Amino acid sequence: MLKKLAANRLSRTTYFCLGALALVLLPWIVGTSGGNYWVRVLDFALLYIVLALGLNVVVGFAGLLDLGYIAFYALGAYSYALLASPHLPQHFETIAAAFPQGIHFSPWMVAVFAIILAALFGIILGLPTLQLRGDYLAIVTLGFGEIIRIFMNNLDRPFNLTNGPKGITAIDPIQMFGFSFTKPLDLGFTQIPGLYLVFYLFLGLAIAVTIVCLHLQNSRIGRAWVAIREDEIAAKAMGINTRNMKLLAFAIGASFAGVAGVLFSAFQGFVSPESFTLWESIVVLAMVVLGGIGHIPGVILGAIVLAVFPEILRGVAEPVQKVLFGHVIVDVEVIRQLIYGLALILIMLYRPGGIWQKGEGR
Amino acid sequence: MDIFLQQIINGLVLGSIYALIALGYTMVYGVLGIINFAHGEVLMIGAMVSLSLLRLILSLTSDLPGWLTLLIVLPVTMAVCAGLSYWIERIAYRPLRNAPRLAPLISAIGMSILLQTIAMLIWSRNPMTYPQLLPSSPIELGTTGATITGKEIVIIVVAFAVMYGLLFLVEKTKLGRAMRATAEQTQIASLMGVNPNRVISITFMLGGALAGLAGVMIASNYGNVHFYMGFIPGLKAFTAAVLGGIGNLQGAMLGGLLLGLIEALGAGYIGELTGGVFGSNYQDIFAFLVLILVLVLRPTGLLGEKVSDRA
Repeated sequence: MLKKLAANRLSRTTYFCLGALALVLLPWIVGTSGGNYWVRVLDFALLYIVLALGLNVVVGFAGLLDLGYIAFYALGAYSYALLASPHLPQHFETIAAAFPQGIHFSPWMVAVFAIILAALFGIILGLPTLQLRGDYLAIVTLGFGEIIRIFMNNLDRPFNLTNGPKGITAIDPIQMFGFSFTKPLDLGFTQIPGLYLVFYLFLGLAIAVTIVCLHLQNSRIGRAWVAIREDEIAAKAMGINTRNMKLLAFAIGASFAGVAGVLFSAFQGFVSPESFTLWESIVVLAMVVLGGIGHIPGVILGAIVLAVFPEILRGVAEPVQKVLFGHVIVDVEVIRQLIYGLALILIMLYRPGGIWQKGEGR
Repeated sequence: MDIFLQQIINGLVLGSIYALIALGYTMVYGVLGIINFAHGEVLMIGAMVSLSLLRLILSLTSDLPGWLTLLIVLPVTMAVCAGLSYWIERIAYRPLRNAPRLAPLISAIGMSILLQTIAMLIWSRNPMTYPQLLPSSPIELGTTGATITGKEIVIIVVAFAVMYGLLFLVEKTKLGRAMRATAEQTQIASLMGVNPNRVISITFMLGGALAGLAGVMIASNYGNVHFYMGFIPGLKAFTAAVLGGIGNLQGAMLGGLLLGLIEALGAGYIGELTGGVFGSNYQDIFAFLVLILVLVLRPTGLLGEKVSDRA
């Protein structure tokens, strides 16, 4: 018995070490076999994991439908874009005078700011709606997503805050505590390219967010959310402050998106309203739903699958059509959208728990 | 003054279209207690189908007067939309009627994406111009300086006629009584010999037909159609339904008209009021502000009664 336990523990540690090693080596494997393009895809997949886990807190844990989730991502992205680019000093003389060296805030400082900002907007949005029926929240968040986009698109006049549809360029690359994530790191015997460093940074964030989510799920708060999701009236009767708990879920989800947004704009070096459409909100929702609503490993799987899938589709769909019909009949984006729409319906009808649902594969 | 009157007219036109769409939301909400997220897409498909029909008719003969062409196109479009709405309910809602609340919402969003994609595949990804069939030359209104077009008059008149027809149907006919009974208490209604599935299907079909009509109106009002055109009107019509009191037919009409007026007047005066800081490109945010305000101040809407919380 004891021997068996020891063996079990050993194998778990081994698995853990192997998994960690695989993750550390992943960018090297992908980079050498597929090129930097695929490492970028991996970097984005990690950002999507953070986004999906954040939305999962709202949709999965608390059972609230948020259709404007990407707006919080946009808030984070634009915060960093404004606080770490030449845009503001160029267009506002007072700011240029106050910061003669230009504005270059560190991503982690902006991340803290973005967490507060996104959570604040989440609360402002949630307060009037969360004590009402759940469907109202869906519509209000849907509207909020559109409003943020309208502001991003139009706030280039009369004062130029967002630079309109053109977006903000020349955003500072990721640099923290004097360490740059864009320049290759020289270890003496080998060099780690910038894209790989970003991978490790995002991986760290994704792991941190996963740990936070796991702890939340198993905490008093997490159990309160589940209670609200399953039966709100009963939860209330058990002494749970349902409104505050829902607000908390909403604000936490929003703040995850805020952080992801900061890193997105630093990684990309450029933000424009185009990156924050309703479609993006739907993509993140599809990740949560497809992977497994409320199930953390499932959500991570969903995020990876749906982040990598379009890239594979891009590589496959067009050549296949060219071979079959001689030319491209259906655009890849259209195929992607068709599949997402169908997937959302079919998952709900036939496998509401997602592809990796709770209680499986433990 | 002329701006004011002109914006009132624009608001009435917009508002009567919103009201037609809002009726679809409110009826479905009444019987099922859910928001039909795919409703805006039915409108879009309606506009697309009517465009194809118009092109077909115009390619066969160009002698028909505009109103006669519309008279042929409208019933067909509305029938197609009613059928579409029926199938949306059958596929995305009915199997999930007893599932957790989130499930039908998500499947409806999937449906909405699917319909948009299908529209892209069948028609086009780019906006298409919509032929003008009704007289659109402005008619001067006395000496006020405001103008109205024949098209706009038709939109307002038809919208009001349809709304009153619907009210009659719901208030005075046997089917209407069945609908009201189902809305009140589905199980009890079925004990009284009402077939709830049939009533729900008919409700969806009616809503779909109205959305189709609204789609044709929007298309001819703006003169173009695109696959994304259902989204914003859908959002606004939902706001209208909430403003009037969701589940309440008169409320949906009142809400639609009010929202149209608020939007038109808001867009007309926002530049002046904010000293030129915001322009009419912010027109779309009024609906959202109204929605938030209603939810904060009077969540039951203007004419609504208690919002039952079926948690």
